[in-house]
Amino acid sequence: MTTTLTKPPAEPVPEPDRRRRRGSKASRAGGQLHAGPIAYIILAVFTLGSLFPLVWTAIAASRDNQRLAQTPPPLWFGSNLFDKLEIAWNDANLGEAILNTTIVAGISSATVVFMATVAGFAFAKLKFRGRNALMLIVVGTMMVPPQLSVIPLYMMVAKLDWSDQLQAVIFPSLVSAFGVFFMRQYLLQALPDEIIEAARVDGASSWRVIWHVVFPTARPAMAVLGMLTFVQVWNDFLWPFLVLTQNGNPTVQVAVAGLGRGFTPDQALIMAGALLGTLPLLLVFAIFGKQIVGGIMQGAVKG
Amino acid sequence: MTTRHDTAAPPAKGGAAPGRPPGDAVSPEAARKRARLSRRWQRDMRWSPYAFVAPFFVFFAAFGLFPLIYTGWASLHTVELTAPTDMAWTGLDNYTRIFDDDFFWNAAKNTLTIGIISTVPQLMMAMGLAHILNYKLRGSTFYRVIMLAPYATSIAAAALVFVLLFGRDYGMINWVLDSVGLGKVDWQNDKWASQFAVSSIVIWRWTGYNALIYLAAMQAIPQDLYESAALDGASRWRQFLHVTLPALRPTILFTVVVSTIGASQLFGEPLLFDANKGASGGSQHQFQTLGLYLYEQGWVNQHLGRASAIAWTMFLILIVIGLVNYVISRRLRASS
Repeated sequence: MTTTLTKPPAEPVPEPDRRRRRGSKASRAGGQLHAGPIAYIILAVFTLGSLFPLVWTAIAASRDNQRLAQTPPPLWFGSNLFDKLEIAWNDANLGEAILNTTIVAGISSATVVFMATVAGFAFAKLKFRGRNALMLIVVGTMMVPPQLSVIPLYMMVAKLDWSDQLQAVIFPSLVSAFGVFFMRQYLLQALPDEIIEAARVDGASSWRVIWHVVFPTARPAMAVLGMLTFVQVWNDFLWPFLVLTQNGNPTVQVAVAGLGRGFTPDQALIMAGALLGTLPLLLVFAIFGKQIVGGIMQGAVKG
Repeated sequence: MTTRHDTAAPPAKGGAAPGRPPGDAVSPEAARKRARLSRRWQRDMRWSPYAFVAPFFVFFAAFGLFPLIYTGWASLHTVELTAPTDMAWTGLDNYTRIFDDDFFWNAAKNTLTIGIISTVPQLMMAMGLAHILNYKLRGSTFYRVIMLAPYATSIAAAALVFVLLFGRDYGMINWVLDSVGLGKVDWQNDKWASQFAVSSIVIWRWTGYNALIYLAAMQAIPQDLYESAALDGASRWRQFLHVTLPALRPTILFTVVVSTIGASQLFGEPLLFDANKGASGGSQHQFQTLGLYLYEQGWVNQHLGRASAIAWTMFLILIVIGLVNYVISRRLRASS
């Protein structure tokens, strides 16, 4: 399974698209030259390094504690994989945790994308008093460490009686200065002033401009920001760890981390939980990987 | 000035807009309607930008700005986790307490060393990888997606796997080291080894992501710069040094700042790497970071006031880093 994971997808997936793009890419890329064998060796090593811990999670989950406490460590799958996955699923209440996390990440990303697109459009294309000062605040916010807000937020949650409630995780995750910055950068460049002017001349109000011009133009960036936010919220650890307990409404991270506790932790079980907690996102990446990569790269150039 | 320009300009355009009846004669109703439309237009132009940025700032005020200020306020009080609303003024006591605490300085030092051993190799490797990916490659999209797989893996899952891989007696890494004759390393308890192990989780998760950012910046470098460098007889290595690196300066600075911020907040990796699942960062605090120290003070020892003081200290350190970065980037811009 290791080999099937690493090799074949390379060929079928990128093939058609690469052909088409090669000409244009070569003209702007710094590397006109074909990569030599050393480059491929380095990339192969790196691919192995990236995937090995993930694949080995599955291997470890398919074994039992006795086997994991032996040298050499197992390098191939045992027979316990599905049993362990089932136990981990039930023990950590993963079904509920995945549902919770999906709700939290879904609401957060939808809201973040909407607010960031609208605000990003205002910052990129509209003139108003205080624009630069407000934008400076947005950028400055990106530097505030999350630990700083944790204590008052914890007090707020205690006061509102939101402990173990999903809204305790949802609300703080709706603020994304990065999102506003990202959308602003994208719209600055992707949305020509003339189109807005034209819509204005046709008598469109600002909301109509947003609905009929901004949203269609920003759709690719919105998709990327949505996925990045989803990944981030899905993987967030510190805050959910503080406000959600495993008995309440755990997110996947809290549930998976909880598997590691106890005096004689079942390592294979922990690995099974870790695998289950990671799989949904890896699936998303397998499907949308190319778009996400493109989006990150696009955001990076202009950032 | 900008607002005045905006509110003044549209009516002229708005006049030409759909409401205008054909012909020169304008009936009084039509004129009134037009005036009303134009007033509404002006209101729209003037206020809607604020409406568009308002949602963000409302949430930011509630979940960003208020906590920031409140944490500073709480750091001047004695607050206990058991009764978070009872605050007793103590002035700067919390700060003197933590600055007197050896574990604070230990955590600060660990955060710095773990930050360096995770960020420097990570960014250098990312740069090398981006350089390779910038060549014409078979399956380049495939490599890019693979590089993001660690990024998609959660801290919790990654840390748990690395705990097993770094196990002292039966871990995969010690098994390899032992079989090539290097001997086993106590990754959990030895200070440097444990810090390296924690860093490796960070490196594993973020190298590919940073490589993609570098790659994107590399692809934006105009090709003719390389061509003229090649005409001048520059070797590929010299082209990299004199064309690629200078062009990437802003991007490098950006990644350095982002990684520094990330490193200063390290929490999940060291928490989960601890075999005892405590907040002390190993039996002798050998890999306790500031983030863990904050958690230990606030949620284990239940001193929220002291935890707030740690949080604000971290914030001030980040501001200093930000300023240093600003000065450096200005110097760089001035020199180039």
